[in-house]
Amino acid sequence: MGIEGVGARVARKEDKRFITGAGRYVDDMVVPGMKHAAFVRSPHAHAQIKKIDVSKAKAMPGVIGVLTGKELKADGIGNLICGWMIHSKDGSPMKMGAWSPLAVDKVRYVGDAVVIVVADTKGQARDAAEAVEITYKELKAVVDASKAMDKGAPQIHPEAENNLIFDWDLGNADETAAAFKKAAHVVKMDIVNNRLVPNAMEPRAALGHYDKAEDHYTCWTTSQNPHVARLVMSAFYNVAPENKLRVIAPDVGGGFGSKIYIYPEEIVCLWASKKTGVPVKWVADRTESFLCDAHGRDHHTHAEMAFDKDHKILGFKVETIANLGAYMSLFSSATPTYLYATLLSGQYDIPAILGNVKAVYTNTAPVDAYRGAGRPEAAFLIERMMEVSARQFGISPAELRRKNFITSFPHQTPVIMNYDAGDFATSLDMAMKAADYAGFEKRREKARKAGKLRGIGFSCYIEACGIAPSAAVGSLGAGVGLWESAEVRVNAVGTIEVLTGSHSHGQGHETTFAQLVADRLKVPMDSISIVHGDTDKVQMGMGTYGSRSGAVGMSAIVKALDKVEAKAKKIAAHLMEADEGDIVIENGALKVAGTDKNVPWFQMALAAYTAHNLPAGMEPGLKETAFYDPANFTFPAGCYVCEVEVDPETGMTEIVQFVAADDFGNIINPMIVEGQVHGGVTQGIGQALLEGTSYDASGQLLTASYMDYTMPRAGDVPSYKLSTSSTPSPSNPLGIKGCGEAGAIGSPPAVINAITDAIGTEDITMPATPNKVWAAIRAAKH
Amino acid sequence: MSQVSLTVNGRQVSGAVEDRTLLVHFLREHLGLTGTHVGCDTSQCGACVVHVDGKAVKSCSMLAAQASGSTVVTIEGLADGADLHPVQAAFKEHHGLQCGFCTPGMIMTATDMIRRHPEGLDETTVRAELEGNICRCTGYHNIVKAILAASAAMGKAAKGKAKKAA
Repeated sequence: MGIEGVGARVARKEDKRFITGAGRYVDDMVVPGMKHAAFVRSPHAHAQIKKIDVSKAKAMPGVIGVLTGKELKADGIGNLICGWMIHSKDGSPMKMGAWSPLAVDKVRYVGDAVVIVVADTKGQARDAAEAVEITYKELKAVVDASKAMDKGAPQIHPEAENNLIFDWDLGNADETAAAFKKAAHVVKMDIVNNRLVPNAMEPRAALGHYDKAEDHYTCWTTSQNPHVARLVMSAFYNVAPENKLRVIAPDVGGGFGSKIYIYPEEIVCLWASKKTGVPVKWVADRTESFLCDAHGRDHHTHAEMAFDKDHKILGFKVETIANLGAYMSLFSSATPTYLYATLLSGQYDIPAILGNVKAVYTNTAPVDAYRGAGRPEAAFLIERMMEVSARQFGISPAELRRKNFITSFPHQTPVIMNYDAGDFATSLDMAMKAADYAGFEKRREKARKAGKLRGIGFSCYIEACGIAPSAAVGSLGAGVGLWESAEVRVNAVGTIEVLTGSHSHGQGHETTFAQLVADRLKVPMDSISIVHGDTDKVQMGMGTYGSRSGAVGMSAIVKALDKVEAKAKKIAAHLMEADEGDIVIENGALKVAGTDKNVPWFQMALAAYTAHNLPAGMEPGLKETAFYDPANFTFPAGCYVCEVEVDPETGMTEIVQFVAADDFGNIINPMIVEGQVHGGVTQGIGQALLEGTSYDASGQLLTASYMDYTMPRAGDVPSYKLSTSSTPSPSNPLGIKGCGEAGAIGSPPAVINAITDAIGTEDITMPATPNKVWAAIRAAKH
Repeated sequence: MSQVSLTVNGRQVSGAVEDRTLLVHFLREHLGLTGTHVGCDTSQCGACVVHVDGKAVKSCSMLAAQASGSTVVTIEGLADGADLHPVQAAFKEHHGLQCGFCTPGMIMTATDMIRRHPEGLDETTVRAELEGNICRCTGYHNIVKAILAASAAMGKAAKGKAKKAA
């Protein structure tokens, strides 16, 4: 049993279908009579729609329907919403501009959907989309967040004066001002967190099917949270009431946050299916993904840190402008606020913090949570600040961190979070040892002789995961609760189905969740199936994001297993005429402890369903449900050390070593956890070195394909050296913290700290492309 | 319209397609072989790699009509019945996949890579050879590990066979 239980490196149950080509993604789905959609999108970043002429398109071969926003509105389809209310420091609510699933009067970014065309084939739909004639009156656009509030900047939404969505504060202002007054040193920094495109490898897709006879809708969609999609589409978009709408997220090819949100396309495909009488499928091409998937990051920040004469931190002052793009996406307001400013204390004991965030509209794609969501922006800021400060003070960056680490828990920060467990010094020690930090200067010298600049950089990150206690997030403005549900069904033959509201799109839930059940009920992995991603099967769930499936989703399973185990023991005790307190579960059977009396698991299950001989008053069957609401966030933390070699002649950076020492609390499957770190770190290296999203001044996206946007490829990254330590989370029954985002949060500052160490100048922005590094080296020389 | 006729996974198939039909669309939409994926529009991501006459080809970079007369193997045709191909088995054993979307293309590329390097592979070569395949989940770490392991296992098996034959 041990080999399949908690803590074992079990190979994944779900792999077979993916390695044999039998995975089932939305684009693989075929429904009888299904037709294909193409969207006509705005070629302008900002324009008024003067006229839409669909007559030529309607006459094209194979065309079934050409539908506009006016028709959509006439049918009462609602606007898209942002589900997290933020109040500005003056008490006013955030300024949410209207976002119609198909634009009616105005377009606000290149890619804004205007018309849907439905035709027999995908090719015909696209041909006809080309024939739709739209007359625009172009308006001036603004794409740079730092200029969006300027006097005379184009106004994007009438609701948001000066494009300002909110002006929000968090922290203790008076204490922070006092801290800066008594500071011996103040380190200042202006920093940009570059805009990224998530780029899950499976492009978004939606298949909407309206069944006229049943007056029922089915939506297959590339979603990380199908239940939230159903809830939002019924409650806000008036697509259909929940009992008339089934949402299925089958195999989903990666998400990284970008598939949390409910986008215009799934709403429009469902509506268009009713309108045209045929099932309607839309699959994004990659350029559509670049244009319309929610982007990530895009912060402009000024920060100041106050230290005393012994380099202890006294206070931290942060002013950030967050670019939310042309419309407020579903969780866009939470990302630069409660997922960012709440982490500004990092791993450090900082008595006074004041964070101010101004969120603005620009004529760019909507920006929302992308792997890490707010926490990478906080970690990048803090960990650059620590490194730069140490260099200014002429002390070791490791020692500056060590001196300021939080060392006792629980620790209440000035920015809401209550860190409940951690051991930051251990992660730092482990990382320094694994990186052979002591031998670095020798390696630097050797590189110098070979004409290369070698540098080393640290990053001691902390994040908040397992989001989150429903009452807490509710008080902070969340429109939903962030619990999770689970149902454990023991069938009459003893096999088990676990229904979960979490959604797996690469995380391996079918394996780790089954490991948990096998470990608890001592039954083989093969007899356990994990069911997810279908609102007709699983009643309700909040989905997968924020590294919450382990800490919250699995905890819900634990709660349901508690109930299953208790009832199973009652039945077994009754069958053996024993005391239920004496029953233990071992090796596929329920035994009377200390005797050889036992009832096999399957026999107990059968007894539950035959119900011929159950304890008096017990209901037949064995199926239990639980909803689990966490007690706190969890706080994964760790230390990353990156070593680079820069060629001063070309500016080319090579990552020669990358070490990660993480504290994820307890771990169910180390193999899967390592995979999450590998992927996260690579995305972070992508942000640091390669991925730059570039709009020109008129709002055209210049990086809208893999020819222009540099994705990390195998040759860009090394193999990684990973290790973990564990201070179990006291906030959930499994002691899990979560591991999905850590890599992307912790790695960018480590890379940039290493490069700046190598080239001897702090003046570099992400992505640190060879051109920028070369120029920075040259500029520093002159 | 073009009439195409080819062998796919050992089976003779034919059909009439629009001239502009790409091989990947013919496989997915005409034959229902949806294991081959489309991840980009610019022949960069490699999710659509299949074998055409024994060589790895991005099936989005070829018209179905051009493939007429060829022998094509897709991810669905790689295993020997219930026995996984050694590359498939290595991807599973070494956790070389997460969401699975890039996986078929990765496996078809890797199989071709190992065939072209009977002398064996090292990490640098594998990483360089993977240039045309993008994965967003795994960070490549375990994909590289899986390919090296499969290459070693297949080299060993080939040596064993050669010894037996001698």
